[in-house]
Amino acid sequence: MAQAQTVTASDAELHFYVAEEHGHAEGGTMLGFWLYLMSDCLIFAILFATYGVLGRSYAAGPSGADLFDLKLVAVNTSMLLFSSITYGFAMLEMEKGDQRMTQRWLAITGAFGLCFIGLELYEFAHLIHEGATPQRSAFLSSFFTLVGTHGLHVTFGLIWLVTLMVQVHQRGLIPANRRRLLCLSMFWHFLDVIWIGVFTFVYLMGSLK
Amino acid sequence: MSARAPASDGAHSGSVHVEVTHDHHEAGHGSRKDYVTGFVLSVILTAIPFWLVMAEVFTDPRVTSFVIMAFAVVQIVVHMVYFLHMNARSEGGWTMMALIFTLVVVIIALSGSLWVMYHLNTNMMPMSPGDMRNMP
Repeated sequence: MAQAQTVTASDAELHFYVAEEHGHAEGGTMLGFWLYLMSDCLIFAILFATYGVLGRSYAAGPSGADLFDLKLVAVNTSMLLFSSITYGFAMLEMEKGDQRMTQRWLAITGAFGLCFIGLELYEFAHLIHEGATPQRSAFLSSFFTLVGTHGLHVTFGLIWLVTLMVQVHQRGLIPANRRRLLCLSMFWHFLDVIWIGVFTFVYLMGSLK
Repeated sequence: MSARAPASDGAHSGSVHVEVTHDHHEAGHGSRKDYVTGFVLSVILTAIPFWLVMAEVFTDPRVTSFVIMAFAVVQIVVHMVYFLHMNARSEGGWTMMALIFTLVVVIIALSGSLWVMYHLNTNMMPMSPGDMRNMP
């Protein structure tokens, strides 16, 4: 009798299903960060609306068609697009658990981001040198505010990227670091989405006669 | 923790197997194919508007602006799907709800500002003395 009982017990392995996640609230963080991105999207929407209203008020100053160098903008756009896909590759290496390759792709992403910021600063310096300062006209005020806010976001993204590379170097791909990298991934791709709006609405449409 | 052990004698002798079922949220879990597809589509969708404007393909700038705006909308959708891995199921649909809500606010803010300020602008235009004399 006792023997029979033991056999049935070991045959029927006990299964415990723990439905809730515990220890790491990854799902909650991702939704929360998404909500932050949506609120950031509203900031950009307002800046786009401001540019839409003021974008043709030149105050007898230079217009977009006079100022914008579309070749430079095209190079800038490709920098941001390349950085998006290299960040994606970093995420794929992270999934595999390959820390060295993750760090390498993150570094490449950072390099593309730096090129983007460098080119944007060069463009701004060039415009200011030509006298097209933010004070010159309503068009230029709204232009510098919109594009500058985007550039500031990318700059903070770069600082965040370097911080995370140091953390991954020190602690490895622990769950907390994976979560942080996923958040930065969303932030980085989101900035690329905003840039689509910037180059279409500001640069391309501003260059039309 | 909602795990409950059946109250039987065998609970201690049998091998215990604990399985943690994670929520399957899609954020950040794309495949290499997803990223490459998104990248190739983005390159095409970026190159065409730049070419349209730089080569002045259409004579009417209004046509060009409508076409490049359409390309921008398509490219934003491509980025959302292939890079941000948006779908209606992630986080139980709440990311999609937040996105739809944001889009509604964005559209109201953009179209409302442009509409109101356009009319304000035309009504506030400086008039020539001739216009002033002919005011009703």
